[in-house]
Amino acid sequence: MTTSQGRPRAGETLLSVQDLVKNFGGLRAIDHCTFDVQRGTITGLIGPNGAGKTTLFNIITGFISPDAGRVRFKGDDITNLPAHRIFDKKLCRTFQIPREHPSMTVIENLMLVASEQSGERIWNAWLRPGHVRRQEDETRKRAIEVLDFIELDHLRDEYAGKLSGGQKKLLELGRTLMAEPEMVLLDEPGAGVNRTLMKRLVGNIEYLCRERGIIFLLIEHDMDLVMRLCDPVIVMSEGRKLMQGTPDEVRSDKRVLDAYLGGQYAAAEG
Amino acid sequence: MDQALVAKSVFLAVPLLLLGLKLVPLRWALRIPVALVGAFVLALIISNLLPSGKLSYLVSFSIMAGIYAILTLGLNTQWGFTGHLNFGIAGFFAVGAFTSALFTTAAPTGVMAQYTQQAFGFEAPFLIGILAAAIVSGFVAFLIAIPVLRLRMDFLAIATIGIAEIIRLIFQNERWLANGPQPLRGIPRPLHCLFDEPSCAPGPLATLLQPLEPRDYIYFYLCVVTVLLALTYLLVETATRSPWGRVLRAVRDEEQSAAMNGKNITSFRIQSFVVGAAVMGLGGGLYAHYAVTIDYSHFNPLFATFIVWVMLMLGGSGNNKGAILGAFIIWGVWSGTAFLTGMIEPTLAQISQDLPARSAYLRWLLVAILLAGIVLYRPQGLIAEEKVVSRFLAKTGIGRGRRKQAREEEAETAS
Repeated sequence: MTTSQGRPRAGETLLSVQDLVKNFGGLRAIDHCTFDVQRGTITGLIGPNGAGKTTLFNIITGFISPDAGRVRFKGDDITNLPAHRIFDKKLCRTFQIPREHPSMTVIENLMLVASEQSGERIWNAWLRPGHVRRQEDETRKRAIEVLDFIELDHLRDEYAGKLSGGQKKLLELGRTLMAEPEMVLLDEPGAGVNRTLMKRLVGNIEYLCRERGIIFLLIEHDMDLVMRLCDPVIVMSEGRKLMQGTPDEVRSDKRVLDAYLGGQYAAAEG
Repeated sequence: MDQALVAKSVFLAVPLLLLGLKLVPLRWALRIPVALVGAFVLALIISNLLPSGKLSYLVSFSIMAGIYAILTLGLNTQWGFTGHLNFGIAGFFAVGAFTSALFTTAAPTGVMAQYTQQAFGFEAPFLIGILAAAIVSGFVAFLIAIPVLRLRMDFLAIATIGIAEIIRLIFQNERWLANGPQPLRGIPRPLHCLFDEPSCAPGPLATLLQPLEPRDYIYFYLCVVTVLLALTYLLVETATRSPWGRVLRAVRDEEQSAAMNGKNITSFRIQSFVVGAAVMGLGGGLYAHYAVTIDYSHFNPLFATFIVWVMLMLGGSGNNKGAILGAFIIWGVWSGTAFLTGMIEPTLAQISQDLPARSAYLRWLLVAILLAGIVLYRPQGLIAEEKVVSRFLAKTGIGRGRRKQAREEEAETAS
């Protein structure tokens, strides 16, 4: 489990979800869900609406705590850690509906994310302004690099709230990049994004996985995107892992079809 | 020229100088002398034009407006930058005022002890008193924050207004603490002896103060208030326009997202609440030393909470300059309506015999209409929040900084 000695080998388990359970009142949203995400992969997480995909993301990233089960990241138990501590472990997420900070500029949305900013301690602003200023310059440089990468540089000083839906999705991805993450959970990165932007998004994700070794786990309903981008694909249904396999295996599995069509398909056939 | 007027002008020049240093759009090398000369000339003109009574009124008006400006800066840190809907300003104002009073007065002895009870009295200097006011108020805010900041918006407002009332009732009923329902008297005014017997002032200062009377003390206190207001403004502005303030705005905008970006939102919410409350406590301390005699009734929600809210809404939530501007304007409106209701009293008497006695409420009506107008027609306030939060950037620095940077970059590309 050493990450310090160069690049870790692919195939090693990075994120491990073990037997998670979460109830909302009488509804069991996550029902003994177990799966692993390996290093070096872009893993797709699909399933019909209400399968518990977003709830699972919320549990992994510390927004809600599970009723039972454990989440391990790089071998550490991160169950029930607060969200900002999980962020410190270089595990980031985006939201299904982008949650930018609307009354801040695009670049400050990015600069905010940088970790270990000394200027975030109030006394440093008063007592060590030079130090804070130098660090701000560094952070700004990095933010501009990220903006160049996601091709939003022309909107640098625009309010984030004024961006289009697709641009906000790109900004969400950009914010995770500012964190220099090891793993990113993307919640429907392609929803509401037009074809051109989508191509850019797919290109970006592939590039980041290949060149920077960032591991992705993404929820997506657009099957084209999933089939093109993801391997393996995990299928969830009713809070459980239904199956896991290559895109082709998933496509040809009858259980998956049943899950999506709610059993009517099976009934019609039988 | 009248010597007293010259002396008064010297004191009046101090706030004008501070204002000039902030507003004159020149390089510092020019700005300082221009502001200095301008302040003295303006002070001389004002003190010569206005009759003595009006001049004193202007000074006492500015002192109260300055104290309110400090309260508004405190609220701005909480509401403007972090979105805490704090309706308990009166509570922190009271804590600050009573803390500074207790720290700077002497515990009564002998016969006096029968009339005045107080928990302690350290006879500490003024500066220690107001520092203690800020610290104790901040500490009280910290204790309150732990349970109360789990609430958001309306629920936080309800909880904080309740806490402010509890604090006021404690000061009203606990006689041992700060003389209970009776007023706490004799809060010392800093350096008062300069005006009582100018001989206690060193050398040239004595000749300056010679023509002034004890009641002219307010001219000096105006300087104290404005210097502390300027200092508070500098500290709060530096903090809120830094990466720290950026996190606050992020928390205000979208809390969960800020958490997901690695910010400990509970900690930041508490920090801003405590800093805001400490500033309010400082305002309370300044008020106590100005009023000399304070009691629980000074800290009612109308005068100590809601008027501060109107000030911030008018001036501009999220902008510290706006907060100060709003405080002065609303305090002007409030003081002005006193004359207004006085003028229309005969008319009111013709409508009904009862009305003149109730004319004081007309003032609140006017302030309320003003608030409604602000919210409807200019919700961002007179000076809107600025787009960029952090000013800790060399490149986007304002004015000369940017030009200098550009020159340096040019030189780099040229070489």
